[in-house]
Amino acid sequence: MNKRRIILKTMAVTALATASLVMAGISGAHAANAKLKIGFVGVTSGPAASWGISNARSMQTRAAWINETGGVKIGDKTYDVEIVTFDDQKDPKRAIAGMEKMAQEGIHYVVGPNVDDGAAAVRPVAEQNDIIYFPYAFPKSLYQAPASNAVLGMIANYQSGPAIYKYLKETKGVKKVAFVAANESDPLSQREGGVAAAKALGLDVVSDNITYQVDTTDFSPVLTPVMRSQPDLLVLSGVAPANAPQLIRAARELGYAGLISTETAQDAAVLKEGAGDMANGFISVGGASTPKIATDEMREFVKRYTEMFGEYNDESNTKVYALEYILETLKANPASITDVAKFKQTMDTFSAKNIFVKGDAKLKYVGMTSFGQKRQVSVPMVVTEYRNGNFETLFVAEVD
Amino acid sequence: MEQIIANGLYLGAQYALIALGLTLIFALMNVLNFAHGQMYVIGGFVTYTVYAQLELPFVVALFASAITLAVVGALIEKFLFRPVIKKSVREESTMLLAAGIAFFLDAVILLVFGEKQRGVPKIVNGLFNYDNYTLVMPYDKILVGFLAILSITTFILYMQYSKTGRAMRALAQDKIAAQLMGVNVERYSMIGFALGAMLAGVVGGLLVSITGVNLGMGGPTSIKAFMMVMIGGAGVISGAIAGGFILGMMESVGLTVLAAYGDITYLAIFISLMIFLAFRPQGLMGKPWG
Repeated sequence: MNKRRIILKTMAVTALATASLVMAGISGAHAANAKLKIGFVGVTSGPAASWGISNARSMQTRAAWINETGGVKIGDKTYDVEIVTFDDQKDPKRAIAGMEKMAQEGIHYVVGPNVDDGAAAVRPVAEQNDIIYFPYAFPKSLYQAPASNAVLGMIANYQSGPAIYKYLKETKGVKKVAFVAANESDPLSQREGGVAAAKALGLDVVSDNITYQVDTTDFSPVLTPVMRSQPDLLVLSGVAPANAPQLIRAARELGYAGLISTETAQDAAVLKEGAGDMANGFISVGGASTPKIATDEMREFVKRYTEMFGEYNDESNTKVYALEYILETLKANPASITDVAKFKQTMDTFSAKNIFVKGDAKLKYVGMTSFGQKRQVSVPMVVTEYRNGNFETLFVAEVD
Repeated sequence: MEQIIANGLYLGAQYALIALGLTLIFALMNVLNFAHGQMYVIGGFVTYTVYAQLELPFVVALFASAITLAVVGALIEKFLFRPVIKKSVREESTMLLAAGIAFFLDAVILLVFGEKQRGVPKIVNGLFNYDNYTLVMPYDKILVGFLAILSITTFILYMQYSKTGRAMRALAQDKIAAQLMGVNVERYSMIGFALGAMLAGVVGGLLVSITGVNLGMGGPTSIKAFMMVMIGGAGVISGAIAGGFILGMMESVGLTVLAAYGDITYLAIFISLMIFLAFRPQGLMGKPWG
């Protein structure tokens, strides 16, 4: 009886000890790492939701991956990354409210907003509250001195457009170009930049005043007058992924056999579903996903994103970078976690390995030519051609 | 010119079908259903799921959209609008409820179907090409336009000759008189709402084959539907059809004729609508007394 009691007691004590150790381990793991909050202010609802959602999900996927593998070591401290998101509904007033919320939470690094007017609206809030933000908006004034808190998170159309037009002029013999844009500030300003770049290259701009509403359900009436100008290249300036397949389809159905391009990132699955084979040959600017240049880390990122959210978004090929830049720059100068002036100083000399692209590609800040200061992340400018459900690399370039 | 007319007729057919459901609900219940566009979007996503993902025939997908939205509409009427209408005589209450439902459905769509634009394989391949691109119309658009007109005709005949249709028309004309004649107001209001939502689902299902569908289409669709109803006359079925075709034709003509002046088509349409409503606030076929 005594022996049985001893055995039971021993078992109970062992179980308790094990449970305590497990609990201590769990709580210890949680308590070990401090939280590093990184913000996101952008559009995650409405017609442009895919732009911001791909941003937020890229950040969440990368943060979960980092946290799962022990966190990010900055200086002598290890942090778990926490992403704080705010949906600005593509409304500048909401974007300001979002940036104020980030300031209230003591966040110094924010990704977004996704559009020009939102990015311009948050500038005073960001500057007053020591926030460095990474917009996906192109107005040069955001990145040129005296502005210094905004860092362009992608390649601007005035950087990719000339490269694409030049390539098409030299390799495909393009002479006549037509531009179509949504009647909104971003696409219109992108059209303006595109027209100037095309003219500078000596191309004949045969149509540059056709616009459409973003909620258009039939693009045939929109494109009918453009087709009459018989361009060799139809540029869909700043086209949203939702509209691109419909525009391509309408152009092809109206008998257009020339080239179609855009300077914005697109999603291969959306093009396949919406335009099918008619999208073959469509040229756009992507990130680092094409098999030719993607590393194992990029493939792992895509896998994790797909597992977390059910489906990958090709726009994330570019949007994976902003968080990486923030963390790597903080690692390069740990004092900048709370001192954004130090972050800005570090940007001038910062360089780290780009784990998402094959070869010896580096993460570094660029923008000297366009902005006169390093206020742009260097992401590979991968110009892609859509073919049968996939993007194929046409050429890869860099912005200086 | 042939192309402009063809584009206008195609747009008009789809717009008229969108506006029909909205005006039916307004006629029966005096409810401005701001969630009509979201119902259209759900219809598109259901067709996408059944046709593109489950690879069932398009007709089955369209039927699934119709049934799903009819059920959603019936539930919304029974559990949301009916109690609110009973408790509050203020029209703002139902308007706020409708706006709330629109936001709710947007969130549900995002959660269930995601943020991406969705499209389905073409239901019919090929192109009608008259006189070397003088008039071009893909066969799938012709088919969708035909199905839209067929749906409108079926709806009119149903409203005209079926017992349910007559009851709903009676309700729309005079609720108390209809009630005194033995019409079950609650039952027919629910059927009417379900029918209106079903029409939104059908048009969403039809158009996903042409334009695709995405999360953000709901709000703008509702706005356009309200414009058509305002042109034709709120609560008048023939008015909604007329409003749809007028708006479709105005868009088609404006986008071609005004193209050289930039995107002023909708500016011109809105100005015309304001002037028109200043002279005829009840719309083309509406009655000034409601």
